[in-house]
Amino acid sequence: MPDLDQIFVNLKHWLLGQLEGILSASWLELVSILLSLVPILIVFPTLFAIMTIMERKGLGRIQNRYGPNRVGPFGFLQPAADGIKALIKEDLVPRAADKVVHLLAPVILVVTAFTVYAVLPIGRNMVVLDLDAGLLFFFAVGAASDLAVFMAGWAIRNKYALLGAMRAVAQMVSYEIPLILSSVAVVMITGTLSLPEIVMAQSTHFGFLPDWFVFTPWGFAGFLLFMIAANAEANRSPFDLPEGESEIIAGYFIEYSGFKFALFFLAEYLSLFAICGLGITLFLGGWNAPFAGLEFIPSWAWFFLKLITLMCLFIWTRGTLPRLRQDQLMNLAWKFMIPMVLINLVAAALWHFTGPGFMRWLTSGALLIVAHLFLGNPQFERKDIGKRTYRFAE
Amino acid sequence: MLGAGIIKGMAETARNFLGSYVSAERLTTVQYPEERSPQIENARQFPFLVFDGDDPMKGLRCVACQICEKECPPKCIYIVKSKDKRVDYKGQAQFYPATFDIDLSVCMSCQICVEVCPFESIKMDTAYELSTADRFGGLLVNKHQLAKSNEHYRKFHPTDAAASDGALAVEVAKAQAKAKADVEAKAKAAADAKAKTAAAQSTPAPATA
Repeated sequence: MPDLDQIFVNLKHWLLGQLEGILSASWLELVSILLSLVPILIVFPTLFAIMTIMERKGLGRIQNRYGPNRVGPFGFLQPAADGIKALIKEDLVPRAADKVVHLLAPVILVVTAFTVYAVLPIGRNMVVLDLDAGLLFFFAVGAASDLAVFMAGWAIRNKYALLGAMRAVAQMVSYEIPLILSSVAVVMITGTLSLPEIVMAQSTHFGFLPDWFVFTPWGFAGFLLFMIAANAEANRSPFDLPEGESEIIAGYFIEYSGFKFALFFLAEYLSLFAICGLGITLFLGGWNAPFAGLEFIPSWAWFFLKLITLMCLFIWTRGTLPRLRQDQLMNLAWKFMIPMVLINLVAAALWHFTGPGFMRWLTSGALLIVAHLFLGNPQFERKDIGKRTYRFAE
Repeated sequence: MLGAGIIKGMAETARNFLGSYVSAERLTTVQYPEERSPQIENARQFPFLVFDGDDPMKGLRCVACQICEKECPPKCIYIVKSKDKRVDYKGQAQFYPATFDIDLSVCMSCQICVEVCPFESIKMDTAYELSTADRFGGLLVNKHQLAKSNEHYRKFHPTDAAASDGALAVEVAKAQAKAKADVEAKAKAAADAKAKTAAAQSTPAPATA
């Protein structure tokens, strides 16, 4: 029986071994890079196709309708039909648009969305680039998507697109802070920026529970804050103001059609998968199995199982929550999430310095609960400003 | 507590999600080409021309007055008036449309042509599957395709058809009353004239005498 856990790693080494005598060392290195990259370029877009149909069917069921059910068995071939439709549609470029930037924006968005997978450990020994500062790389490359979004909104020369891009940049800049600070807590505890090492730090067991950071008070709070910020970073409902259909139609990609439009969707889902993957790596134990008895299931299967679970959670929240208003969005980021992540850093420090035992659960847990009750209580809001009134939008 | 409402809402959507697999009554979707929901009586889609009797072209109520053509907001109606006249349902000589075309791709189903027609001759139909493979000729509907019988109208819009029939009956009654009055007036005038001539014939006698 082959070792299922390492099957892909062994396959790559076997292929390279076959080619060793034939190719020179530099060519061999190129083949090795391609063998690492091509699976990522295939697996995640396939997951995107599966996730779109799951999302449409799930949202349909949440709204008491069937969802797509015509193409193929139970409508599961719908992504293929969507892809063909996107390919054969006319590619429209507005006359006033900056044509080069208009073309570059979706390309940059997709490239940055793919680049972050380089540091993501999707299984034991399965990471393309084991960087010492992998987490930093992830956030640095991920921040480039803001640029692509603004390029799209600016190049089209359409007021809705520009409004959407402005909203997108304001939102992404605001939520980048809680996103990064909530993962800094993990870096403080593990003392490393390397993602495979963060996964290794969570591979032990505490009683029957795994040592995942989500099962600690600071990790639980950090996970929730990370997921909310990830939701906002990916421009998904309830944080989909940049593409709010009811007021600015499609936001920054309003004038995109055909395959460029599909690229925007691909990039949106790819960055969502990537950021879910980072959430799994930081808080949900990465590719580790939850119980020692379940380790016969390969590590990469655990990673994708956790990824699909998190995606279902995202679909569920999308089907539940209405879109926020711009001021609510900013209030949530600056008045609740940023103070909470800062307190979470203190809680992580308390956890570290109190030492093992019951006391660290009590101190860091109590701090977070008190902070949540205080920051989340409407009674503690400033009263002297008065209720916001709207002259034109009542 | 912040977040309690979100959990409550998520429980509600989870109930919808699972419930839609358990009970079919939750799903309000009609699987369209196979099933159809019944149409409501006031449904309207595209105009048609009403005719009485058996022959669509002879029985058309339209007198080619061209009011609908002028009132149509998107200007989708095209009428050519006939050279000759023919007898309408009231027994009057009237023009009839030599050409009556409506452009299906332009019509916006506003029903203004129906509101302005003084002859109850154009009404709204409920048929909605009007797509065609021919995007030029197929979308220009001529008077032969537009003509539909009054029975068809009674079947789909019974209330409106009854009102229309009533209005027409009043018109016919009025026309008949007028015709009768005309006949009577004519008879009376004839009688008066007769009496006058008779009187005229009888009165000069004494003068000559």
